[in-house]
Amino acid sequence: MGKDQTTNQDLEAVAKTLRRHIITMTAAAGSGHPGGSLSSVEIVTALFFRVLRHRPSEPHWADRDRFILSKAHAAPLLYAALAETGYMPVGELCTLRKLDSRLQGHPDKTCTPGVEMTCGSLGQGLSFGIGAALAARLNSQTYRVYVLLGDGECDEGQVWEAAMAAAHFKMDNLVAIIDHNELQIDGWNRQVMNLEPLPDKWRAFGWYVIEVNGHDLAQILAAFAQAEKVKGQPTAIIAHTIKGKGVSFMENNVDFHGKAPTPEEAERALKELA
Amino acid sequence: MKVREQSSTREVYGKTLVALGKENPDIVVLDADLSKSTMTQFFAREFPHRFFDCGIAEQNMIGIAAGLAASGKIAFASTFAVFATGRCYDQLRMSVAQPRHDVKVVATHGGISVGEDGLSHHSIEDLALACSLPGFTVVVPADAIETAQVIRVAAATRGPFYVRLGRLKTPLILGDDYQFVLGEAATLRQGIDATIIACGLMVARALEAAENLSQQGIDCRVLNMSTIKPLDIEAIVLAANETEAIVTAEEHLEHGGLGSKVAQVVVQHWAVPMAFVAIKDVFAKSGTPDELLQRYGLTAAEIEKAVKATVLRKK
Repeated sequence: MGKDQTTNQDLEAVAKTLRRHIITMTAAAGSGHPGGSLSSVEIVTALFFRVLRHRPSEPHWADRDRFILSKAHAAPLLYAALAETGYMPVGELCTLRKLDSRLQGHPDKTCTPGVEMTCGSLGQGLSFGIGAALAARLNSQTYRVYVLLGDGECDEGQVWEAAMAAAHFKMDNLVAIIDHNELQIDGWNRQVMNLEPLPDKWRAFGWYVIEVNGHDLAQILAAFAQAEKVKGQPTAIIAHTIKGKGVSFMENNVDFHGKAPTPEEAERALKELA
Repeated sequence: MKVREQSSTREVYGKTLVALGKENPDIVVLDADLSKSTMTQFFAREFPHRFFDCGIAEQNMIGIAAGLAASGKIAFASTFAVFATGRCYDQLRMSVAQPRHDVKVVATHGGISVGEDGLSHHSIEDLALACSLPGFTVVVPADAIETAQVIRVAAATRGPFYVRLGRLKTPLILGDDYQFVLGEAATLRQGIDATIIACGLMVARALEAAENLSQQGIDCRVLNMSTIKPLDIEAIVLAANETEAIVTAEEHLEHGGLGSKVAQVVVQHWAVPMAFVAIKDVFAKSGTPDELLQRYGLTAAEIEKAVKATVLRKK
């Protein structure tokens, strides 16, 4: 499926396929993070199947757009997207988290083709993204850098160090997408560590902010298109999402942040995603 | 070996960066609001577009350096040693060491010879932290001549580097013909009764101690172990075999630095009596550098004492 030919209906079908992979992989592994993977599905689908200029057969292509999964526990989603775009066989997804697999529990740059950055300790991806974006500027390259963060991840101080620096350096080739599903491990953001007003915070740090429904592909694609036109400042896309989106008993259920579905739960989930 | 003059390793670092910057357009430099102290200001003046002051945000600086390195740059990132390692340990681990990015952390103000600023600025555990990171090369140059060479080798060698420099001007102890070889100890003085293995500013003190000891009939070998990781195992085993007593000297805690690393080699390959001239399990106080080096036992006299005691333990 060439990315220029994909319709939004095609993308919705892709999103469903990625959701099915997330369920199947985590169930097979017996561990992993389905909730935050499911909430970011449309964002990653839009990026990998429409927005990113990349060559799955040539993962280190110098002019590729960079995608950095800073909310690294969504690894199953990233792996599903990498497999569906041709970085690896789809069959390899069932090796997630198994010894000697290329698919580590959290993304490992040294293991998996297409993984830009070793992450998993939260808050580090945006800083790395600034470096990659600065290198593009120094080399007069036109690639763009996309960093996906969790909202809970925004508790980390380094995120705000990076937010300040990206605006200071006027990184208009850098886009941060914040998956705002409002849930983190210990509960709702507002109970654990209040982040609001989140869009105002990014604005105050000097970012151009776009808010979207993070499950509406048309809105997401429009936001990425708009971000390309922003000059002189980085763009933050605050994507309002639902944790566990697409599986009724996982939606807004924080239990599935870091717990794999049982075989029975996986079967129920896959029926819903048929 | 005669002391010729005092010279600042930081200043040599800054000047070497400028020279490297002229030779290689891929060299970029980052700092965290300390460029006047780390001397990266020289590079900043010459190449403003390749210099990134990240403000007082060291963790972010390491991440940006990693991103630049992953995109084809050779990134030199500088701040004080205590912040470079302690504050950024996880960033060094995840963003630099594991992905083996070409980030060269050149940390200045290592050790307690920073002096009056006190414990918050005394890096006494940085070598232990840096050495604990898989894939990191760790180097402590002994003087300005070695510093210039180490910086060049770091730029020319793939992978993560930690280079520890001090704040003080230090005596030039190495000759102009000195050749730093990564991973190889330099034998600065031959001897048969004991070996003193030192790094950084303790090398000059080791030479002084060896000179004094020779007048008392104890003939010491002195090794400049500037590369702490990977360690020159061969030189250590040879020293153990031929001199049968080893004393290490470093401006670092007794645990986890040069002494620990050397002991690990000695017990595995050729067990001989050892002693450690280093900071004991304490934080240092404010004071002048000389007062602190004296108070915490980092002197030629302490090395002499340690050598004598160790020689007595020889079988």
